[in-house]
Amino acid sequence: MTIKPLFTLREALKSLWRNRLMSIASISSVSATLIILGIIFSLIVNVNASTQAAKDQIDSIKVYLEDGLSSEEGQVLQSEIEALVGVESVVYENKDEALTKWKVSWEENAYMLEGLEKNPLPNAFIIYLSDIYYSESVLASLGNLDGIEQVKSHQDIVTTLLTFSELIRKAGLIIIFILIAISTFIIHNTIKLAVNARNREINIMKYVGATNWFIRWPFLVEGTILGLLGAGISAVVIKMGYSYVYNLLCSDFFVFIAAYVIKPEVLMKDLVFLFVVIGAGIGALGSIWSMRKYLNV
Amino acid sequence: MIEFSNVSKRYDNGVMALNNVNIKIEKGEFVFIVGPSGAGKSTFIKSILKEVDATTGKIWVDDVNITRLHRRRVPYLRRKVGVVFQDFRLLPNKTVYENIAYAMEILGTPQRTIRKQVPMILSLVGLSGKGNVYPNQLSGGEQQRVSIARAMINNPPILIADEPTGNLDPETSWEIMKILRTINRRGTTILMATHDKDIVDIMKKRVIALERGGVARDEKIGVYGYDD
Repeated sequence: MTIKPLFTLREALKSLWRNRLMSIASISSVSATLIILGIIFSLIVNVNASTQAAKDQIDSIKVYLEDGLSSEEGQVLQSEIEALVGVESVVYENKDEALTKWKVSWEENAYMLEGLEKNPLPNAFIIYLSDIYYSESVLASLGNLDGIEQVKSHQDIVTTLLTFSELIRKAGLIIIFILIAISTFIIHNTIKLAVNARNREINIMKYVGATNWFIRWPFLVEGTILGLLGAGISAVVIKMGYSYVYNLLCSDFFVFIAAYVIKPEVLMKDLVFLFVVIGAGIGALGSIWSMRKYLNV
Repeated sequence: MIEFSNVSKRYDNGVMALNNVNIKIEKGEFVFIVGPSGAGKSTFIKSILKEVDATTGKIWVDDVNITRLHRRRVPYLRRKVGVVFQDFRLLPNKTVYENIAYAMEILGTPQRTIRKQVPMILSLVGLSGKGNVYPNQLSGGEQQRVSIARAMINNPPILIADEPTGNLDPETSWEIMKILRTINRRGTTILMATHDKDIVDIMKKRVIALERGGVARDEKIGVYGYDD
């Protein structure tokens, strides 16, 4: 027998409405799960992004030059640094270039830098290492050179951050897996309750001569719609919550953190896809799984 | 139309529900199945519907050997056998119209045909104009008529009625019997399990009495034959 999409959809929608209390229960349990999952997901994604940003800085060391340093002295210093073991290249960064870079990285918040009367940044060398392995010895050697105002390396922070982010990522993944397992169980139970109430109904359908798939399709579509509705609700909740936190971070006080925080639009693109797949998946699987035993009449 | 040949059924708990049963029912017959509780009436009906599998022996329904019918073919067997139960078994969330239409939708009948045929069968069972009512808004007798209408909407060659009057008062019971007789006269083979002495004695149809899993009596024009 061919599947009749129109009949199936009509049956599913009718049954959604006629069992609306159970429908609401199922939607709630799906969206509760997805909301928790979304929170953890956005945490992990952000930690990942800031770790990535930190990693990009680890293989470079920034050396701020004394303000009065002449260009000859500067060239001598550059060749001295280049001679150190483990240094791959040294790039001179003019203070004006540095300011422009800063403005670019702040994007829409760059206007805050417009008020500066004079460039507070010093000239600098950016030292690229051939390997992070050499960073300690290079840092030690730099201490013996003249004309250096300050050496800036992110090594300590980065090492801590790496360990920390690794921890969060692993813990997050474990929690996500546990959550998916628990939620599938909860949703399975909710749908089982719904199907249990309709055990008789399925039984009658079998007596009238309905094939298993004829009975299953409307239930399947119903489960999928429930899952998608749950996904939609949780997407809206996460979007609102995350945007709120993001805007809070973007306010002047936390603007340094905000540079590394992922924008709500970028996060939602991945999250909506994830929600739709998981929501529809558990809805469909849950309904098929829980009605299985009633079909054997 | 229906034939049992040396059929026995032993349940997993050891109960011998059917013991070497041989029955042959011809097309167009009206047959009462009687007997005390636990005599095997239910198992007899369930094995025609393939709800239980016979342990030994062979069963034919509508000239098809269903003894080793694949599970996936069972729905197609059930479309040839309309069933009516003591507790009506209507879908509670569907209206009278939808309950009957469902049996047609299973076969992929176009909506146009369904819209034409459901009112016709409703008038046959005397429920014209009750299409949009839910089952719980109907009396027992009316619900049983809906269930007969659903069983007959696709014109199956066989109708099985398992104590169809068991929950009804005598007057309503007779109305149901009249409908069944009408259906039988149109050529449908009817098999009815019952405990109703009056109905069996007055109808004067073939009576098969089952006792302890075996055929105790099989009379062309029989009587109920028990005191209860």
